[in-house]
Formats: sequence, C-alpha cells, structure tokens
Amino acid sequence: MNEQRKIRLATCSLAGCFGCHMSLLDIDEKLFDLLAMVEFDRTPFTDIKHCGPCDIGIVEGGVSNAENVHVLKEFRKNCKVLVAIGACAITGGVPALRNNIDLWDCFQEVYLYEGGLEGNQIPNDPELPLPFDKVYPVYEVVKVDYFLPGCPPSADTIWKFLTDLIEGREPKLDSAMLRYD
Amino acid sequence: MGAPAMSNNMTIDGKHVPFSDGQTIMDAALAAGVYIPHLCHNPQFEPHGSCKLCVVSVNGRNMTACTMPAAEDMVVASNTPELNRDRKALVQMLFVEGNHICPACEASGNCQLQAAAYYLEMQSPHYTHFYQPRAVDASHPDIFLDLNRCILCELCVRASREVDGKNVFGISGRGIGTHLVVNAASGRLGDTNFAATDKAAHVCPTGAILIKRQGYRIPIGQRTFDHHNISEVQMKPQEPEHE
Amino acid sequence: MQPHEFPQIEQQLASVFERHGCEANKLLQILREVQEIFHFIPAAAITCIAAHLDVPRTRVEGVAGFYSFLSLKSAGEYRMLFSDNITDQMQGNPELMRYFCHKLWLEPGKVSEDNLLSVDSTSCTGMCDQGPAALVNGWPLTNLDHARLDLIAELIRVRKPVCDWPSLLFEVKDNIRRAGTLLGEPFIPGAALRATLERGSAATLAEMEASGLRGRGGAGFSVARKWSMCRASAGEQHYIVCNADEGEPGTFKDRVLLHSYADLVCEGMTVGARIIGASKGFLYLRGEYRYLLHQLEQVLAQRRAAGLLGRNILGESGFDFDIEIHLGAGAYICGEESALIESLEGKRGRPRKRPPFPVTHGYLDQPTVVDNVETLACAARIAAQGGAWFAAIGTAQSSGSKILSIAGDCARPGIYEYPFGITLQEILDDCGAEDPYAVQVSGPSGILVSAQEFNRCIAFEDLPTAGAFTVFRRGRDLLQLVQNCAHFFAHESCGFCTPCRVGTQLQKKIVDKIANDHGTASDLEELKQLGHIMQTMSHCGLGHTAANPVLDLLQKFPDAYQHKLKKLAFEPAFDLDGALETARNITGRDDAWAHLP
Ligand SMILES: Cc1cc2nc3c(=O)[nH]c(=O)nc-3n(C[C@H](O)[C@H](O)[C@H](O)COP(=O)(O)O)c2cc1C
Ligand code: SF4
Ligand code: SF4
Ligand code: SF4
Ligand code: FES
Ligand code: FES
Repeated sequence: MNEQRKIRLATCSLAGCFGCHMSLLDIDEKLFDLLAMVEFDRTPFTDIKHCGPCDIGIVEGGVSNAENVHVLKEFRKNCKVLVAIGACAITGGVPALRNNIDLWDCFQEVYLYEGGLEGNQIPNDPELPLPFDKVYPVYEVVKVDYFLPGCPPSADTIWKFLTDLIEGREPKLDSAMLRYD
Repeated sequence: MGAPAMSNNMTIDGKHVPFSDGQTIMDAALAAGVYIPHLCHNPQFEPHGSCKLCVVSVNGRNMTACTMPAAEDMVVASNTPELNRDRKALVQMLFVEGNHICPACEASGNCQLQAAAYYLEMQSPHYTHFYQPRAVDASHPDIFLDLNRCILCELCVRASREVDGKNVFGISGRGIGTHLVVNAASGRLGDTNFAATDKAAHVCPTGAILIKRQGYRIPIGQRTFDHHNISEVQMKPQEPEHE
Repeated sequence: MQPHEFPQIEQQLASVFERHGCEANKLLQILREVQEIFHFIPAAAITCIAAHLDVPRTRVEGVAGFYSFLSLKSAGEYRMLFSDNITDQMQGNPELMRYFCHKLWLEPGKVSEDNLLSVDSTSCTGMCDQGPAALVNGWPLTNLDHARLDLIAELIRVRKPVCDWPSLLFEVKDNIRRAGTLLGEPFIPGAALRATLERGSAATLAEMEASGLRGRGGAGFSVARKWSMCRASAGEQHYIVCNADEGEPGTFKDRVLLHSYADLVCEGMTVGARIIGASKGFLYLRGEYRYLLHQLEQVLAQRRAAGLLGRNILGESGFDFDIEIHLGAGAYICGEESALIESLEGKRGRPRKRPPFPVTHGYLDQPTVVDNVETLACAARIAAQGGAWFAAIGTAQSSGSKILSIAGDCARPGIYEYPFGITLQEILDDCGAEDPYAVQVSGPSGILVSAQEFNRCIAFEDLPTAGAFTVFRRGRDLLQLVQNCAHFFAHESCGFCTPCRVGTQLQKKIVDKIANDHGTASDLEELKQLGHIMQTMSHCGLGHTAANPVLDLLQKFPDAYQHKLKKLAFEPAFDLDGALETARNITGRDDAWAHLP
C-alpha cells in the first residue's frame, strides 16, 4: 500500500450544511489512517481554491445557484470518480423544501419583508451567486458515479464507503448503513 | 364450513407454497413466509394492484401478485435480480414523482416507501424530479394531509370506504395529474367528518397522513425500519405500529 | 353572469336529472350535459349531483376530473380543440392553432378574459383523411385553413351559436376508396337476424366458429370463443357492448361504419345478443363522434319500428333486445374493454384487474361481451351469409377482410377494405404513396415499419392492426412522430399504475430532450430501460405498448436521431441558464455571473 501513489481527494459543499463534512471528521482517529492513504486537494480543510486533477471528488449539497454549477463542473472535469454525499446532494434535501415556494416569494420574504441589510431592496451585486428557480440534486447537473445517502451518513458509513473505494473494491453499504435520514 | 382444502403445487422461487381457493399469490406467499415486496397492498383491505412492486413472473409471464389468484402449477419467480431491479425503478419513479425530503419528514423510519427503497438498495432516485408543488392541508384539528408524499396507493380511500364507512377520500385527475381528493366542497380535510380514530388515519404507508402533535415522539434512529427490514415487518400478521 | 355563483343550481339541473334518472351509472352522461350547459362543471353542481345520485362527492369529483372534455374550470362559451394527431400536425395544425390564437389574442390552454373562448389541443379526433381538424364545443371541424379559421373567429366574435354555423365547416366525408365484401355488398336490414332465428343460436355460433372471425379492435381474440364463454356464464343479465371508442390515433374506420353502415353494426349486436342471451346492449360512442349521435338514434328508432329491436324481435316471442348509446368524454383508455365498462357504469375509466374477465364479470358484474364496431359488422355478414363464405376470404389464420384507415403522405387518404394477407407495398401503391419511407401500422400502440419490411402483410400472424395505417414519405422527421406518440401516451395514461403514470412522463421528457438537441447516448439507454419497465410492469395494454414507437425508432431508424445526439456522455435534462431566468428578472441582473453556458 505504502509503495503506491497516494489517492488524491477533493471535497466541497454546495447547497448543504457541512453536516456531511462534519460526519467525515467524526471518523475520529481513523482520520490518521485516511491521511495515510490520501492527500487532499480542494476541501474546506485545505486552502486550495480550485480543484486540480483528482482520483475522487466528494460533493455535499444540492445545486441551488450558478456558483454551485461552476464548482460542480470543475469537480466533474477534474475527478475520475465523483461521489454525491448526503440527502442534499442526492435529492436536493432540506434546501429543496424551497422548491414548493415561488422564488419571487422567497426574495420578498428575505429582502423586503424582513428588512434586508441595505434597506428594503433586492440586491443585484454580481458577487452574489444567483439562485436557480429550484434546488437540483447533483446528478441532474453532472454525471455522478457513486451515491452515499444519509443526512448525514454516519461516520462509519463514510469510512466503509471510502475504504472500499480507495482500496479498489466496489463500494457496498450493508442494509443498516443505507439510510436517507 | 371446514377448513378449505389446500393445494400445494404452486412454487415461489423454488419453494412449495400451499394455497386455498380464492387466495392470491400474495396471500399465499405471506402466509407461507415468502416475502414479495409490496406497497399498495395491505391484507386488511381489498387488493388494489396499482404500485406494481409485487409484480412476479408466473411461468414466464409477469403478473401482479396481490391481485392474481393463486392457481395449480404456477411456477412463480419473485426474488430475482431482474425483478428487483425493475422494482427499484418503480420506487425511484415514486420518489421523483412526489416531493420526498426524508430528513424533513416525520414519517422517516416508519415509512414503507423509504423502507422498500432500502430493501431494494436504492442509492438515489435516479430519474429527473418532477418538482410539482402539491398541497399541504393542515385544516383538520388532529391530522395533517401532505400530498407531496402521497403515492396514490389508495389505502386511505379503501380504509375509509370499507372500514370507516365514511368515504372521506377519493381520487380525481388523470395520468400524472391524478391526485387524492377529500369529501368536502371546500376541498379541505377540516371540512370532512374525518377523525383521528378512523382506520383511514392509520394506514398511510408514507408520511402523507400524519396525526398532529405526535411529531418526533420517537426519535430518528429508534423507529420501526431503523431496526427491522421491511420484509420482517410486512410479513407480521399485524400492521407495523406507527406509534 | 358570475361563473362561480350558482344559487339556482338545483333548478338548472332539474331537467338533466329528469332525463337521466337517479342511477349512479348515469353520472358521466349527466356530467356531459352539465358541461354543455355551463361550459364547465361548477363545484356547486358536483355537490348537487352527489346528493341527487346519493354517492360521495369524491366520486363525482373523481369522474369530472378524469375525462378531457369535462373541465373543473371554465372553458369558455366556445371551446376550440385542435386535433394533434401526427397527420394533423403534418397538415399544419400547430401553425393554424397559433394563427387562430394570435388572431383572437389568446394563449393556448387559457380562457379569454370575457370567458368567451378557450383554445387547446386534443388527441386525434378521427378525421385524419380530411384534416387539419378540430372540435368546437364537441362538433368536428374538417379541412381547416386560414380562411376557415377567419370565418370561425368571426362567428365566435358575434357569438353565433355553433348550431347556426355554415354546415360546410362540419362536412365529414366517408372517403371509401376501396370496398370489399363488408363495405361493398348490399345488406338488407333483418337478413342476418332472420337467418339466425331460422338456424338457431347454437348453429349460428357454430357458423361464427367456422368463419374464424377474430376481433378487429386489436387483440384478435376469437369471437366464437368469447361469445360462447359469455353464453355459458351464469348471471342475472347478459350484456353486449359495441366498442365505438376508436381512440387509437390514425384510426377512423369505425366512424365510417357508424355513419354509413349503422344497420349492419346494430344487427351484429343483435345477433350477438341472441347468442349470448342479452336483452340489453350499449354502444359506447367516443365523445369525438358525438355528431353521429342523432343519426344513430334515428337508426335505432327505425329498427325498433321495423321490429328489429325492442320486444319480440321479428315476432320471435321472448327475443327482447334494445341498444342504448353511451357517450364518452375524451379518454383513450376507455377503449380498453374493462375501462370502457367502468365508464359505462359512470366511473373513472380505470382498467380493472383480471381475472375476472368481462365475459364472466363485466357490466354491473354480469357476463358481458365487448366487441369492436367492425367485428360486429363482420358478425352480421357471417350470420347472413355463413361461416364458410367468410373463411374463404383472407388467410388461414386471419379470415375475412380488414378495413384500413389510410392517412399521411399519400394522394388518396381514406377507407380501404382488403382481404387479410395484403402486403404493405400493394396498399402503398393503391393509396398513391410517393416515396414512402415508413408506415405506422395500428397507430402509436402498433408497429412502426421501415421500407425494408414493405413486403410484410396485414394479418394477425404478421402485422396485426386495429386499422390505422399512417404513411410517411422520405424526408419526414420520424423523431417528430415519436415525440407526438410519447406526448399522446403521457396525456392518456389513466394514472392508476406507477410504471405507466410516471414512466410515460419520463419517456416524454427524454424524447423532448433528444428532439431539442440535448440528448446523449445515455438517454437512449434510459429510454430502453423505461420501455422495458412499462412493457413488463404496467397494469394494462396502454402501458404495455406506450414504448412501442420509441423502441421501434431506436431499433429501425437510427438516422432519425443519431445526428441529434451530443457527443458528450451526459447533458442535464433541464436548461441551466433558463433556470436562472426567474432570478435574473427579480434582481434585474444580466452580468456574466448571472448566466451559465
Ligand atoms: C388502451 C387500449 C385502447 C383500446 N381502444 C380500443 C378501441 O378504441 N376500440 C376497440 O374496439 N378496441 C379497443 N381496445 C381493445 C379492447 O380492449 C378490446 O380488446 C376490444 O374491444 C375487443 O373487441 P374485439 O374482440 O371485437 O376486437 C383497446 C385496448 C387498449 C389496451
Ligand atoms: S445531507 Fe443533511 S447533513 Fe448533509 S448537508 Fe444535507 S442537510 Fe446537511
Ligand atoms: S414519506 Fe417516506 S419517502 Fe417520503 S419523505 Fe417521508 S420518509 Fe421519505
Ligand atoms: S394519502 Fe397515504 S394512504 Fe392515502 S393514497 Fe396517499 S399514500 Fe396512500
Ligand atoms: S402491492 Fe401489488 S400492485 Fe401494489
Ligand atoms: S396508468 Fe392505466 S394502466 Fe397504467
């Protein structure tokens, strides 16, 4: 194992709550085992801003705005294997609760009725990611190779999945690990 | 009348399954402890046959197990990779047709749609979502009706008609527009004579019909399907408890 | 009048109730009339009808929400529905509809503000040989063009009642181009019945058996077997039903039979009634053929007067039989025999589970025979002329003749009767098809045939058909045909079972994606997989056949879609940039970051 090149891994969170990332950190002492096998490219744990060529890319969160698409496409382009992790990435999840609400109503509620930051007006700053009319799961925007459901998936589940993948096995979750909540 | 005569030359996945006159393939299978996935079927009500999860191959032809009478010489295949793959696709269709956000659903862990998806090893809903907004009706003092999660199994329709004698529910629309309706000119559940004690309030396999003020009394992780496979639960003669 | 206030609803419905009585079976007929009075089904009417029929309100709402010609929201005083069969499309109907909408400042699917008019499309109206066609308040308009639409727009603007419109607009021709024994030989009303009474029922059934007659509605089941099973089934009443739903796009031969051979059809029903022991029959007439109702009622009246219907038919004591016409209201699925029976019972057109089959448990759970219009016409001929005569026509497994409804790219569209066994090439030559490239035999649920197969023949053992024969010349976009079919099935799925309700929608979306130049190779795989699931998991024939056009195209016509595919492995099903449009409008942004490539 040690002889081999380390697996390069990138992660990101789109429209998610970083819960899946927290769950990854929950593998605790196994993090050292993980670090022995992989090196991180872009992740919230590193300072790398753009994803370079990687073996595995892990995406948390659904696709809610234009910026999410740029990040996601960069991941897809650079990662040999793309994994969607968590309910948000796989179905839209909790952020997709807004899909039943008209976007105009969302904007009004946030910026007009609640009193936005700069008086009651809708911001038009190009720096702000522009939202889609709906939140989409990752697989509806790019091709996804593997899914790791859960909200979030447990640390054990993530560990099992990652070790399978890193060690070249077809990832397989036993029935107790397959959860959508 | 004495006990009905049993015939036993039907096999399901190679196992001899006895049946009596009038039993469906599903009845006979459940009685013999052979699991066939199902969602719209509940032995307490008239068979319906709409979800199609229970489709089995009988002498090479696909048939709906919950409505097809068992018969002599049937060679039934059910637990095959092909059928389970197609069943998974049906569950995926139900997921994308409605709006199922399990992490935000009080039924999660007690939901048979979700449990069927676990059983069939669904990793993702696969198809493109419809994202059709559907009505949430909170007008009733004791019950929520959230059509985002309705899979049109008509168990509530049957329970209200057959057991409660009330006809609170019905089906209208057509095709993808098919939807549940309630027996009130206003269209509101609160204007019907539905009661939380009705059978129909306790048969929904999903989180579409929920009793109010019970939310998360049992925490996620300790619910029916957190500990049991759907096949164990649905094979018990009794209903899975929702409490 | 405020469309949503109906204080007088009970008085307004009194005459409807009087005509139809208070049996729940009459629900659909009542709703049809309510639609005609109010141009929609008001909520107040639903409550009132439920009380009158003593059924749950949900039952009435369920039926009112099922049929396309009933609407729960106002559809306007005039409702124009353009036929969107592929032949109407090729004849320019989409452009005509846009023209008409533009002229009247309307959006398709929406009612004008003054509640005067709405415009929409509808599944094939059965006028493919004289399209482009439409329905106005249920009456068929044929041979539409700009001039006719100008006239129609004017008639609507001055609010002229449809019954006073120039009759030229409503002219429907038979267009019989080739008549064989069924259409060509004279028939004297009563002849088949006399022969049946003389011979006796058992012997007439034996003639049916000897004739080898098989159902003309698509499935090709032996008529003698169906009739003898029903005859042998115990029941309080037996029923015979003529299936005149003719919903398969591209089929219009039953229209001609009902218009010009109604006596033959009724006589076939009466012969059947005699054999199975029915005293009551129904003719289930598709809503699109409502214009034939009056004339059919007249034929029934004449037959009653002539002693061919009613009590003691032809003086035979105890031979009582009569026919009631039941109108459909826009639902292809109601051609499926068990859905048809549900509809006859005033319910949603939902196919029943089987077994039991209609021959033992049909209308009101009684033994029932459902036969196609043409089947019954053949039966009348056989009763009159004998089984051997019929069996001598056609092929060994497919006796007799078949009436084809030919339309599309040919010089002489219309009705052609051929002995079974005729090859497609001969038919194409007869109808003047120029440079034919493909033929859709038996409509969207049938088979799409390529030019390499034109030596195949019309017969149950080769190319079975319910009658549609649609010709496509070289250069036609077959993907457009398949897209049309995918939309048709998605629109007509009854919604009962998962694979068809959801599968037809998914299929439609993917075909649209390919047609809009966004498809990839993986979408083709997806279509095959969906097709497999619909074919093998669906509840009824609609779902089983809903993927036929797609699968035939994939297999036989790669040229029709290959050039449309992107070279990429994956392409989203939705337009990323389009999904930002709402937010762009709200924020007023148009900068580079507000767009996606
Ligand atoms: C979706 C569907 C639509 C059908 N539509 C018609 C129809 O419009 N007319 C018809 O005669 N048969 C139709 N059929 C076939 C009928 O179910 C039935 O087989 C037929 O009426 C039997 O009559 P036959 O034996 O005389 O053909 C349809 C079947 C399906 C599955
Ligand atoms: S899946 Fe759950 S935990 Fe993960 S990002 Fe989404 S909401 Fe958060
Ligand atoms: S009803 Fe079941 S599948 Fe749907 S969101 Fe709730 S738990 Fe999930
Ligand atoms: S509300 Fe529940 S029980 Fe009723 S049809 Fe929908 S899913 Fe079935
Ligand atoms: S369980 Fe048999 S069709 Fe639903
Ligand atoms: S929707 Fe009618 S059979 Fe499937």
